[in-house]
Amino acid sequence: MTLTHFSAVLLFSLFTSIVFAITQRSEPKMMIRFGAFCFALFVGGTIVASWAMWAIKH
Amino acid sequence: MTTNIQAPARPGETTAIRSGKKTGVAPGLVLFAGWLIPGAGHLLQRMWIRGLLLLASIFGMFVIGIALQGKVYQLGTGDPLDMLGFAGDLGAGGLYLLARICDLGHASVLVATADYGTKFIVVAGMLNLIAAVDAHSLATGRKQS
Repeated sequence: MTLTHFSAVLLFSLFTSIVFAITQRSEPKMMIRFGAFCFALFVGGTIVASWAMWAIKH
Repeated sequence: MTTNIQAPARPGETTAIRSGKKTGVAPGLVLFAGWLIPGAGHLLQRMWIRGLLLLASIFGMFVIGIALQGKVYQLGTGDPLDMLGFAGDLGAGGLYLLARICDLGHASVLVATADYGTKFIVVAGMLNLIAAVDAHSLATGRKQS
């Protein structure tokens, strides 16, 4: 099995966000909101870090 | 940011008001089952959707890690980093034991993406521990269901 770096980030973020949402919130509505928040932070943070590394190199 | 873990009762406030409702399943059993099989702690308490989502997430993460040729850590190598990796892997409970019995995973990282696989396996173990502790908190009434 091979994954691109970005698809690995998406899968990691998805699974981790689901577990965080279920374990860190009590109500279903808040679980969905917190899960989406975590997912956005994981993916967004990775993209920002990637561009930062690119900028440092160049 | 709010959390779902409740603070101890304040003076003059009854514990019954602030504590969650117990689910009637032995907390120790829930903790062990949740560690052994991802999501089983929630399933034992009839939280079907939560349990199945946890099972799918943790099992999926572990299987992807194996498919990426990730390393399954073993005890006794003497390397402190390996010991930490072993502790993380062990959190996956039954999945880790199954991987060791079936000799899944690789003893060393050979390709770049295999390092991702190694991290997937370790994180799956740690997420499983979080899920098991969450199930225990639900069983004791420390967390509202």
